[in-house]
Amino acid sequence: MNWFTDTLGTSIGKKLMMALTGLAFCGFLATHLAGNLTLYVGSEAFLSYAEHLHSLGPLITLAEWSLLTLAIIHVATGLTLFYQNWRSRPVRYSVKKTAGGRTIGSRTMPYTGILLLLFIILHLLNFHFVDKTGTNIWNIVTDTFNSGGYIFIYIIAMIVAAVHVSHGLWSAFQTLGVDHPKYTPFIRGLSIVFSVIIGIGFGFIPIFISISV
Amino acid sequence: MTKTINLTLKVWRQKNAGDKGKFETCQARNISTDMSFLEMLDVVNEGLTVDGKEPIAFDHDCREGICGMCGTVVNGRAHGPEKGTTLCQLHMRHFDDGDTIAIEPWRARAFKVLKDLVVDRSALDGIIQAGGYISVNAGGAQDANNLPVPQDKADKAMDAAQCIGCGACVASCPNASAMLFAGAKISHLALLPQGRPEAAKRAWAMVKAMDALGFGNCTNERECEAECPKEISIVNIARMNREYYKAGFFSGEKN
Repeated sequence: MNWFTDTLGTSIGKKLMMALTGLAFCGFLATHLAGNLTLYVGSEAFLSYAEHLHSLGPLITLAEWSLLTLAIIHVATGLTLFYQNWRSRPVRYSVKKTAGGRTIGSRTMPYTGILLLLFIILHLLNFHFVDKTGTNIWNIVTDTFNSGGYIFIYIIAMIVAAVHVSHGLWSAFQTLGVDHPKYTPFIRGLSIVFSVIIGIGFGFIPIFISISV
Repeated sequence: MTKTINLTLKVWRQKNAGDKGKFETCQARNISTDMSFLEMLDVVNEGLTVDGKEPIAFDHDCREGICGMCGTVVNGRAHGPEKGTTLCQLHMRHFDDGDTIAIEPWRARAFKVLKDLVVDRSALDGIIQAGGYISVNAGGAQDANNLPVPQDKADKAMDAAQCIGCGACVASCPNASAMLFAGAKISHLALLPQGRPEAAKRAWAMVKAMDALGFGNCTNERECEAECPKEISIVNIARMNREYYKAGFFSGEKN
């Protein structure tokens, strides 16, 4: 192997890939949320946002393929780490208590990750790989959130995403070697605030749509 | 007046490395609360010996919290429930009369249980052997200040060098990762001028060795720094990450 794959292949290398792809997804979540906030304004604002987005043409295709690549790296590396970590302790403790380090986010990282992957597939089937002839994206969104089942799934998924991000964001900085008593408390706080914004910002969309339309 | 308590111990008993092992219950009676946890085990072992039974094997040496030999998981916590304390410095006053205490060895694929509570931690030596040293002769003592070391660097190096290699970080890590140990060892040399010339080589080799020895991967759960008897911070893991990236991406180290 060459030096590059060799560097990325170790435990710290895999961590680095998780951190960089994870941070990219945090950036994606922020822009996705910024765009989706137009849903709270109404159909006109949302459709105009969708139109502007699609007018970017090849840039959108590039972004989609980039996100897919990042997702494959994030999921494949994450599952590898999950398997290796599961194997690293063949005999489990009969009694194990936390010393206060773990959080709900850190404890559930692989599980929330797998749930998010399943949700993203459903989400793409709902809004991306869907026949848009004779209708528009606003109608598709409002139709979807007519169903109580979808409202429930989407709200739960956004709580799961918030939990995942609450550990993921600060953890990415730690992995990148950014840890200092000066600013680590700020980064940890920022992770919580960001996850709450993601959870509430996205999570209220289905409720808002079902009430207002 | 010395207070005494009676305890029920659920201890992991395993004849040898090949044995499957199981929990056995035994009673610890009239234990002075001034005793350390290891002294309590000594008393229990005396009773077992008198009864013609095999005493409980456990690792220990200095019994003053500086050697890193002792350590078991007590009620689910490495070195017991007290913060910043090795098992030998954990006193029985932290337990109540009638308590049941579960005692297990460190559990990790990289640490084989040899007997009862004794584990083979030579995997940690394997990480050190890969690069946890400076490969030049120190020579005679130099004049003071020949090699200027800023005080904050010296303090940070000393914080990292406090690691006694007990393995509590591995034992408490949900992934049985040795990153706090490796981070502390890499940091304490990387922070000092004597350690800089080999910093890249060291970080590269020690991380590779750590992976090969069967430790898990760090997922920043922070259980290690919470359980470390020397309260070594995960700031050292972040520093190891930086040293590793420098070695992998900006130095001549490869394979």
